[in-house]
Amino acid sequence: MAADTTSITASALPDPAQEAGGAWGFTRAQLGALGVLIVFLAVAPFMLYPVFLMKLLCFALFACAFNLLIGYVGLLSFGHAAYFGMGGYLAGHAAKVWGLTPELAIIVGAVTAGLLGTIAGWIAIRRQGIYFAMITLALAQMVYFFCVQAPFTGGEDGIQAIPRGSLFGVIPLDQDMTMYWLVAGIFLGAFLLIHRIIHSPYGQVLKSIRENEPRATSLGYRTDDYKLLAFILSATIAGTAGATKSIVFGIATLTDVHWSMSGEVVLMTLVGGLGTVFGPVIGAAVIVTMQNYLAEMGAWVTVIQGVIFVTCVLAFRRGLVGEIAAMLKVKL
Amino acid sequence: MSLTRRGLIAASVGTTMMPALPRLSRAQAANTIRIGVLNDQSGAYRDISGPYGVECTRQAVAEFGNKGFNIEVITADHQNKPDVGVNIARQWYDQGVDMILDVPTSSVGLAVNNVAREKNKAYINTGSATSDLTGAQCSPNTVHWMYDTYMLAKSTGGAMVKAGGDSWFFITADYAFGHALERDTTTFVRAAGGRVAGSVKYPFPATSDFSSFLVQAQASRAKVIGLANAGADTINSIKQAAEFGVTRRGVKLAALLMFLPDVHALGLQTAQGLVLTESFYWDLNDRTRAVSERLRPRLKDVRPNMASIANYSATLHYLKAIADMGVAASKTSGVEVINRMKAIPCDDDAFGAGRIREDGRKLCPSYLFEVKSPAESKGAWDYYKLLQTTPAEEAFRPMNEGGCSLVRS
Repeated sequence: MAADTTSITASALPDPAQEAGGAWGFTRAQLGALGVLIVFLAVAPFMLYPVFLMKLLCFALFACAFNLLIGYVGLLSFGHAAYFGMGGYLAGHAAKVWGLTPELAIIVGAVTAGLLGTIAGWIAIRRQGIYFAMITLALAQMVYFFCVQAPFTGGEDGIQAIPRGSLFGVIPLDQDMTMYWLVAGIFLGAFLLIHRIIHSPYGQVLKSIRENEPRATSLGYRTDDYKLLAFILSATIAGTAGATKSIVFGIATLTDVHWSMSGEVVLMTLVGGLGTVFGPVIGAAVIVTMQNYLAEMGAWVTVIQGVIFVTCVLAFRRGLVGEIAAMLKVKL
Repeated sequence: MSLTRRGLIAASVGTTMMPALPRLSRAQAANTIRIGVLNDQSGAYRDISGPYGVECTRQAVAEFGNKGFNIEVITADHQNKPDVGVNIARQWYDQGVDMILDVPTSSVGLAVNNVAREKNKAYINTGSATSDLTGAQCSPNTVHWMYDTYMLAKSTGGAMVKAGGDSWFFITADYAFGHALERDTTTFVRAAGGRVAGSVKYPFPATSDFSSFLVQAQASRAKVIGLANAGADTINSIKQAAEFGVTRRGVKLAALLMFLPDVHALGLQTAQGLVLTESFYWDLNDRTRAVSERLRPRLKDVRPNMASIANYSATLHYLKAIADMGVAASKTSGVEVINRMKAIPCDDDAFGAGRIREDGRKLCPSYLFEVKSPAESKGAWDYYKLLQTTPAEEAFRPMNEGGCSLVRS
């Protein structure tokens, strides 16, 4: 995939880490934020309800995967629920029916989502803008109808009572805290992977495609190959998030493949900040927290969610993190 | 410099987490029974139970009175999302809620079933239709208080044939739930001596135009058109059937999952002649009229249906069991609470005398109703006339057919 040209371009570009005095591809501000994130991950389960935190992390990872595509390649996929949900279904099926250990089940889910992403991406990247979004939506709806009909998904009831099992067959995950550390580990690992992808020479090419695709083509890059790989990576990570979620909750249902889930992840990313590393995490935190803690207010949940969304779009165009970053003149 | 930045980020994270804090600091009183009503308060099932179900629960608590312990009712909207439902259920149980009630939508209802079992707490489902709750997925921590697909199919299918509707045509939503309804109903229609003239499956959930299916059903000359679907699909098919004048030509429309608020929303002009099954109707007898009258200040202009008033009935029986065994004992084991509930007989104004079976099924009669025409209706909410009654002991699936592991064979 044009490896030589890639490395040349990369070395020609100024290293963002060096210019801001950070390390490992992070700017100094990002390092600070990462530090806060890690401290939060370590302290939070002692202050907040761990199952809620696990859900938050799963959605944060999902939003990060989505952000990889829209924030850094400029592709708006409106069908990411398909990969999230199918990852969940397959992981649930693998853990419950095939009796696999949770880490293998999650891998099965991620790989399935990746394969699905390969097919969908191969078709969708041929078009741009609204057509791309529509193709991804159409393909995701096909996946949804498949899930409604396929016997292994359990239709309306979903896959229920998925066992958490034991990690590597030795560490039982029944305790919420043990499960939490695993989820936190998966989240942090995938989060750093996404960061690495974005700041690799490959990531630089992705950004150049986002800025000006014809110019990237004229420089000798096969942009389709780059976009396809980004799509597959994004789908795989979304699948990982879905698979982890189904192991945490012990259920995999139609909600996760429904198109409204694709909409929700767009909402999370927009609220947090498009094209920022930490934005999707904050966005997911805001939305999931609202769904959970406003649940006592009954019908007002959806109204409040709508008001916050409108406020965000009107007042914080760059999203919460985007606005903070702009205010402090740093990259987050 | 970096300190302020970090501070800002931490503050923004912290603000999003703020609502979490007061919940955790709430003290857990040893002498308080806490009931959590978890249902849909903003979506498709809101009118069936939602806020009305909550009010019915509060009415039961008020009528139960003070028997030496406090009772607290808390509520939440699961938004028909299983993960939101499971999350709330886990959190509630961990933070001292003793019993979770209602939980419509099968996927959420079954998911909470597993949580209750894992945490050994009590769980009474009044809102889900899945018969798996007392079948393959039955649990010693769970009572399924109200309707299930088997009971609806048996009453609407079997009793309808007895009432003269002996040839059927099904319009079925093409997914597991629709298939199950059609299959079960077909069995009862045949068992009662009726015949099925045919059926048509339509794509779910993308169909809003039912005209061709209705025409096909009419052409079959069946006396009854069975609607093996739910929610908006049922409403749409009934509206379109009214436009086609299907019921005016003597064909009966049988809705397999339909409630009083749905009839109210459709209006008698559209819904007249429709046949459906419920376990409760406010104008059924003196006791149901009495309880509906008592609920009036709480429900305002709305009359209870079987799903919302099941919360009243279930709460009352649950509290009786608690008073019987003592609050301290009830806190130690959800299974023991449910066992006590099974041991003492039920009796309330909504469903009359009844009992709870070993597999967690509450028994009550089911009634086959026909929706009145505008001319027959004497006033607001005067909607149903009774066609057939299926006695409590026959209304539900026999225990040995459900595959429930709790049943000693």
